[in-house]
Amino acid sequence: MYLASGEARSHYRRYAHWLTSQAAERLAQKRAEADVLFHRVGITFAVYGQEEGSERLIPFDIVPRVLPLDEWIRLEAGLKQRVRALNAFIHDIYHDQQILKAGVIPSEQVLCNSQYRPEMQGVDVPGGIYAHIAGIDIVRDDAGEFRVLEDNLRVPSGVSYMLENRKMMMRLFPELFSEHRIAPVDHYPDVLLDNLRSVAPTGVADPTVVLLTAGAHNSAYFEHAFLAQQMGIELVEGQDLFVRDEAVFMRTTQGPQHVDVIYRRIDDDFLDPLVFRPDSMLGVPGLLTAYRAGRITIANAIGTGIADDKSIYPYVPDMIRFYLGQAPIIANVHTWQLRRKEDQDYVLAHLPDLVVKEVHGAGGYGMLIGPSATKEQIEIFRALILATPERYIAQPTLALSTCPTFAESGLAPRHIDLRPFVLSGRDVSIVPGGLTRVALREGSLVVNSSQGGGTKDTWVLET
Amino acid sequence: MLSRTADHLYWMSRYIERAESLARLVDAHYRMSLLPHSGDTLTESLKSTMTALHMADAYAEKHAEIEPRAVFEFVSLDRDHSGSIFSCLRAARENARAVRGSLTSELWVTLNSTWLDARAFTAHGEAHADIGQFVEWVKERSHLTRGVTIGTMLRDEAFHFTRIGAFLERADSTARILTAHQNDLQPGADAIAVPDPYQWSVLLRALSAFEVYRRVYRDVITPFKVAQLLILRDDMPRSLLRCCKEVYQNLRAVSNQQSAETLRRAGEMHATLHFSRMEELTALGVPLFLEQFLARLRDLGDRVASDFLVPPAEA
Repeated sequence: MYLASGEARSHYRRYAHWLTSQAAERLAQKRAEADVLFHRVGITFAVYGQEEGSERLIPFDIVPRVLPLDEWIRLEAGLKQRVRALNAFIHDIYHDQQILKAGVIPSEQVLCNSQYRPEMQGVDVPGGIYAHIAGIDIVRDDAGEFRVLEDNLRVPSGVSYMLENRKMMMRLFPELFSEHRIAPVDHYPDVLLDNLRSVAPTGVADPTVVLLTAGAHNSAYFEHAFLAQQMGIELVEGQDLFVRDEAVFMRTTQGPQHVDVIYRRIDDDFLDPLVFRPDSMLGVPGLLTAYRAGRITIANAIGTGIADDKSIYPYVPDMIRFYLGQAPIIANVHTWQLRRKEDQDYVLAHLPDLVVKEVHGAGGYGMLIGPSATKEQIEIFRALILATPERYIAQPTLALSTCPTFAESGLAPRHIDLRPFVLSGRDVSIVPGGLTRVALREGSLVVNSSQGGGTKDTWVLET
Repeated sequence: MLSRTADHLYWMSRYIERAESLARLVDAHYRMSLLPHSGDTLTESLKSTMTALHMADAYAEKHAEIEPRAVFEFVSLDRDHSGSIFSCLRAARENARAVRGSLTSELWVTLNSTWLDARAFTAHGEAHADIGQFVEWVKERSHLTRGVTIGTMLRDEAFHFTRIGAFLERADSTARILTAHQNDLQPGADAIAVPDPYQWSVLLRALSAFEVYRRVYRDVITPFKVAQLLILRDDMPRSLLRCCKEVYQNLRAVSNQQSAETLRRAGEMHATLHFSRMEELTALGVPLFLEQFLARLRDLGDRVASDFLVPPAEA
């Protein structure tokens, strides 16, 4: 928000001026109001490992994160390019595997990966689209350049907070919205529904779309219910669906009703107990048979994990060159692959300065943040890396950009990232902005909600 | 609409209605407890009410004898007993949360706020300190929920299932309250005498029927007139006839291929009440009639569940 000189950056100038004119009491009161409203509306998430039924708010910070239009235009182009390449990659892997044949990515990295689903080999999906909804995590490096930190192509979540944060800001500070030209985001559910309908199995004129949730105890249940309601589609659990003659039906008060597209918010492993985890109570027995027969579309497709695995991530710029013949618009964060000897030597010598991540980990679990780790933690990771180096990657600790945030002591800088949601279907599109996550603890770089992160409204300024 | 969604809506609405019925009973008895010399009558009334609600055994596990204060707190606030008002509000909210996407946001926020406030209210001990205020508040929240339901929901299946749940529950509650006082309604009981004006005025107040009774009959309170009012009057919102009429009409609106028999039985219950006269009920015996009515109501609830709500084992 501010330059080193203490002056507000140009796209923040108007907001900074407004902020300085606000009485501290008014802002405190608005923050309290936001908390009450979020509780009333039940915008909560369940925390794993806590007593059943415990629901918490994701802390909401009232200071928005602002992006100027020119930066956004470049970011948008880069994101679309990246997601096109990722979809092309997944299609290729489950068909001809040209990228492996060309030696761009070592075959064993893909085919021996637990995220590779042999069940998908040779299966055609409508439009060749696998990652219908992609959440791409973006950070800024020391030079202020955007970089992709992570691709989320399985069941990315958080978009409901993007929408609710905007609603909350408009309710709390309507005057800001008349003073700024802020690109709207609330058409996201319309775009999503349109995309989901467009990927229905061929020959279905008026497809029935449903959202498959694990149920009210899932941490992201609020989002599932919210999106289903906004799109006007049924929110189903596995028990509501069944497969007969390779077609999927839901049980309704008027008898079985045919289903064409499932926007699923449960992992591959739980989708079909006949194929994946037999103990799954969340899925639908026989679903994969219907899927392979082309009678149902599942979004995101099964097997997208092969493209967002952290061991594959370093190759995404190569994918962009390979499939699109273009130079990547947004770079990756530099990544050391610990299965490589020379990378491993470097990382082991510099553990206190680096972030080490498990390749299949998610949600901020199973990672080492060198600069804030104790000697013991570092030694534990050293042993883990030496035992199974292929399970880890390392990245520099980026000086993640910061944004002023309300902390105990008042306004203070906190680290942020950005997760825009890229939708693929009829076309590739992005609602301007995304979800800004903020690490609320001083100095912390972990923005995950399960690890004490909060969120902010994200503004793309149209002028 | 999904069978599971209909099931949650049905139970959400039953639980709110149940919370209100219980609050009404506690409220009426609480007021009675404030009157002088109400001791024995109050205890008697509480005892028969707890039996009719099937809560007597659970209460006896925690308390040796019927003590008004303890009964009020048990029925209103007991967190362990699934039948308490507190538990009903929680169950209503849990059912609502499971289908929040099918509710209007106003209805969801109303139910969620009720639960959050009930939790805060009971956690701080305020509810224990003032049980009268607590049950008054529960009634208000139920009125509000009903108003929001009627005022915001599309008249589709979701609406009809919430109504079916609410009226089945209300019929059940009215019948049970009458059952608690059935000794005065035995065949051959004096139709004119007023056995205990306190008990019967409490009953009327619990059903918002005290003033109505005065307006309709302009007479002293007699058990058989009260029974007539609460069983056979079509214009009395908590009467058995009124509830059966609503159940039948809402069931007709959602009928499916397998629900014909259920609809027939609901229609039969409604028609029987519609064409009955108090003299016939009295000849049969009101207690026997109530017993049969409650059994038929249970049967209807089971049939609604198997026709619409519980998914068939193998579709």
